[in-house]
Parts: sequence; C-alpha cells; structure tokens
Amino acid sequence: MNMQKEMPAVGAVKVYAAISGVVILLMMLFGLVMRMTQGQMLPIEPELFYQLMTAHGIGMVAIAGLGGSAVMWHFLGKYVNLRAGFAWANLAFFLAGVVLVLGGIFLGGFAAAWTFLYPLPANGMGQWGKHAAAAYMGGVLLVGVGMLLFYLESARAIMQKYGSFARALGWHFLRSGQDAPPATVIASTVVTIINIIAILIGAVILTMMLVNLYVPEIAIHPLLAKNLIFLFGHVFINSTIYMAVIAVYEILPKYTGRPWNVYKPFVWAWSATCLMVLTVYPHHLLMDYAQPLWMHIMGQIISYTSSLPVLALTLTATLGSIYRSNIKWDLTSALLVLSIFGWSAGVIPAVIDGTIAVNQVMHNTLWVPGHFHLYLLLGCVTMILGFTNWIANKEKAVGFSGLEKAMLWTFACSAFAYALMFLLSGQASVPRRWAVHLPEWLVYSQIASLFAAGVVISAMTIIVRAMGGIIRPARQA
Amino acid sequence: MYQQVAWMVSIVLIALLAIAFFYVVRQSSREGNGAAVAAATGRWRGRLLWGVTLLCIPVVAYTLTELPYARGAIANLGTVEVQAKGYQWYWEISQTELPVGKPIEFQVTSADVNHGFAIYDTDMKIVTQTQAMPGVTNVLRHTFEKPGTYKILCLEYCGVAHHSMMTELHVVAQ
Ligand SMILES: [Cu+2]
Repeated sequence: MNMQKEMPAVGAVKVYAAISGVVILLMMLFGLVMRMTQGQMLPIEPELFYQLMTAHGIGMVAIAGLGGSAVMWHFLGKYVNLRAGFAWANLAFFLAGVVLVLGGIFLGGFAAAWTFLYPLPANGMGQWGKHAAAAYMGGVLLVGVGMLLFYLESARAIMQKYGSFARALGWHFLRSGQDAPPATVIASTVVTIINIIAILIGAVILTMMLVNLYVPEIAIHPLLAKNLIFLFGHVFINSTIYMAVIAVYEILPKYTGRPWNVYKPFVWAWSATCLMVLTVYPHHLLMDYAQPLWMHIMGQIISYTSSLPVLALTLTATLGSIYRSNIKWDLTSALLVLSIFGWSAGVIPAVIDGTIAVNQVMHNTLWVPGHFHLYLLLGCVTMILGFTNWIANKEKAVGFSGLEKAMLWTFACSAFAYALMFLLSGQASVPRRWAVHLPEWLVYSQIASLFAAGVVISAMTIIVRAMGGIIRPARQA
Repeated sequence: MYQQVAWMVSIVLIALLAIAFFYVVRQSSREGNGAAVAAATGRWRGRLLWGVTLLCIPVVAYTLTELPYARGAIANLGTVEVQAKGYQWYWEISQTELPVGKPIEFQVTSADVNHGFAIYDTDMKIVTQTQAMPGVTNVLRHTFEKPGTYKILCLEYCGVAHHSMMTELHVVAQ
C-alpha cells in the first residue's frame, strides 16, 4: 500500500465525519426548535419557522449524503484506488454550497422547503426575493456538482479494477459462482450508477429553475418539474442509506468474527434495487391526479418491491451475524445493530403509505416525517454515528462504558418515540409543514419535544465524545 | 378508516421486529455453531422473502381495485361540479354549500404555486385529498355521507401563511 496516497484520504474521511457530526447536531437542534414551536412552547414566528424547516430539510439531506459518502469512500478505498483529491474537491463544493444555501435562507429569507417545488421559489410573496432563491438553488447545485465529481471518481476507480459495472455488480458470479465482488463494491457500484443519474437530473431541473427565476418567460410545466425534483430527491436520499449501510457490512464482522458473505440473492437484490430506486419516485405524486394512471400504479407496486429485497437480506444477515456470535458490544456495534432496526422499522409505514388508498388520507400529514425519521434518524444517522465512533476509536472494538450505555439507550428510545409521535399525529390527520398547529394537536408536539430533547442530549454526548477521538491524534501529528 | 388500519398494522409489525431484535441481542453473547447459525439464517431469509411476497401480492392487488382517480366523464345527472382554486393564501371555491349523498366533482387547480386540497370531516380527519397545481386540473370525486361543516386545509407547503389556508364546506341534507 502506498502510504502517501492513503494518508490524505484518511484525513478527508475524518474531516467528513467531524463535519457530519457537527451539522447533524445543529440540524437536530433546529428540529427540536420546530417541534417546540408547534407545541407553542417557543415564540418563533412562522417566517423563521419555515426558514428553519427549509434549513433542517436540506441540511439533513446534504449531511446524510456527506456522511454516507464518508463511509463509502473509506471502505471502497480498501478495494479500489480512489484519489483523495476528489474527496477534498467534493468537500470544497459542499462547503461553498452550504454557505450559499445558508445565506439564501437566513440572510435572504428563502423558505420554500428543501424540495424547492416549482414555482414556489419564484413566488416568495415578499418574504424572499429571486436572489435569495438563486443563492439557495445555486448552493444546492454546487453541492450536487461536488457529489458528481465524487461519484465519477468512484465510477472510474471501479471500472479500473473490475473492468465493467456488470462485474462490479457481481453478474458473473450469478453464472459461475466464482469471484464475488465484496458487498461494499456491489453497494458502491449501485449508488454510483443511480446517483450519477439522479444528480444530473437534479442539475437539469435546478438550472431550468434558475433560468426561469431571471427569465420568467421561459416557463416549466409544474408537473414535469415535480417529477424531476422527486426523481432526483428520492434517489439521492435513498442512496444515503445505501452508502451508510456499508458501515454495517464492513464493521460488524469485526465484532462478530463472522464475515459478511456475498451470495446470489444478495447480488440479485442489489441489481434489482438499482433499477427500482430509479422508478419508485411516482409514489410521491400519487395525489397528482393528472399524472398518468400507469405511473400511479407503478408507483404503488414498486414501492412494495423496491425497499424489501435489500432490506430483507440485510435484516436477516445482521440478525444472523450476531445470533450466538459472542459479539463484543460497544457503542459502535450497538449503534450499527440499532440502525438496522431503525431502517427496517421505517420501511413498514413507508410501504403502507405507498398504497394509493392509504396515501389519499395520509399524504403530506406527519405520517411522512414519521416513517422517514425512523429510517433516517434511527437508520442512516445512526449508521453514520456508528461509523464516526469507529473512526474515533481508531477502528478498534473498545469497551462499553456506563455513560455510553446510558446514552445509547436514551438515544434509541427517544428517537424511536419521537418518530412514533409523528406517526401518531399523521394517523390523527395532523398536516406536515405547518408552523402553527390547531389547539387539539398541540399535545402531540409537546410530547414529541420531550423526546426530541432526549435525542439532542444523547446525540450530543455521543458526537462530542467521538469528536474528541477524531481530533486528538491530528493535534499530536 | 385507513388511518387506523395503517397505524395498527405499522405498530404490530414494528413490535414484531423489535421482539426479533431483542431476542437475538439477548442471545448474542453466547457462542454458537457458526455453520448452523448461517444455515438457519438462510432459512429465515427464505421465509421472510416468501412470507412478505405472499402477503404483499393480495394486498397490492386488492388495494389497486379502488383507486380515487376520476376516469372519463360522469354520465349520471345530478353530479355537482365545483371549481376550487388555490391562491397564496386562500381558497376560491365556486360553491361551498353542497348536498349530502350526491356525487361531487371538485375541479382543483391553483393560480400561483402548488397547494394541497384536503377535505377534513367534522372530527378533523382527512376524508380525501388531491394536489392543487398551477396549469393542471385535478379532478377529485367525492360523495359526502354525513351533513355538517367540513374543512379544507392546504396540505402542500406554499409559503409563509400556508398553515392559515383554511376554509369550510357546508354539507346539507336536501
Ligand atoms: Cu397552500
């Protein structure tokens, strides 16, 4: 191994992990403030609420992307030759984009939600102007460009080592049963393919909307815009989990002594996912009655089929790998196992909401953040925290202190209960994205705020302690 | 109705999942035969995949039989046509007093940005909804079964006064 090549990449992964920790914590605080505002426990005006909502949404999506790519970069780099410059370039674009996004939101007043649904960014009704909207959308575009460079580099490196995507996906293994690529390479290849497509589509719609901001005569069809935005948004956020789960594939075997084997259904499932993730997004448009009927039906059917294969395999493999394995429990292994629970649990209400008849009474209620907080907060973010802790402990299993156990349980129970409060509210028809709730809904937000506080306190303890571990050796060096 | 079904099914399945995790984690500190566990894992994987498949096929097929999308023109006389248009931040509805028991056709659109047209019943539960999109008319058909004051709430975020975009429908017996 070439040390000079390796060291900067390890440095980049540490910086990614550190930034992810800090941003996750800040975004969690925004979440707490929003729930307290909805519970009328904080005197925040709707203007600021919707700015925080926009920042929380885009911030969490972007940081899940950055944290997930830290996991992917770190482990994929053990199999293929990734050039560290691309990790740093991605980070530079990311930071430049974040500055623009935050400026657009908190200086320019932009608050069109992270999904920037056309034509809301151009219709701020005096709360924000077109420059603020341009700063936000330009910032998102910059983050996307950085990510695109990152995936183009992973695509190049995978091709260099495996010759084709088909081999990196393990298709030859389906026929011959020989030379299966590692699970990390299969997952990374799927994410590389789908995210290059998704980011290009995102860049197209963002560019169209930026042009439209300054030349309103060049209009976009709102339904086409919505299709493109959700295709991009769904694939991108889905990919964050597919990148972060690599931490489970790579780290858990170090604790159980049981390797994460690649077998034929695993190869099948990931290749199927590659196609289905790109075609599942119409389940976001089930209430757009003007959308063609076949897209609605496809949306429901693929909702059921797309999430289940990889999940069922990862779930059974995780449980099978820890069952009577004499696993060494510490904060890292506990977070990783917890994350598979969160991901699996979140898929259940998500698939149910992908049913058209259910969506008709659940769409855009708090049911939606209910399921995605299960698989993003208790799934994706938990995977990233597990990975961060692993890096902080210099990639070794360590002991499980009393404080860590207490914080893990606080985090697990609070995050779970927090997401359940969303589901319960959605079941009671409470809308999502409302700054001011009706009197009969206040109690849900007030109880949820309590659990949000539990999440913030436990996550802060976990993140701050991990930060210490990440930063310390850098100072000595 | 579907709200309760969705909630109950979710809670039961999540509880089963939690039980599986608790059971396995409790067993995790013992040392077992790796090959036997791997074989058992393979069997559970098969059961889960087959179980989920066999469960989902009838559910998907059944739920696809009653879709809310209006197809073709309504032939029967007596259908009430209502135009609903969203604005930042109010609703313009051609007729807000509606008969009970008659099919109503809401032709929903928007004058500016995307809004969500959701009908809440007297218990503040959603009965049906569609999107209100500029340049597009979404046709929502619904027959009110009970008289009373229903509310329209905006369910697509549309700017700073989104949450105050509410109006009422009065459904009366005739
Ligand atoms: Cu609205």
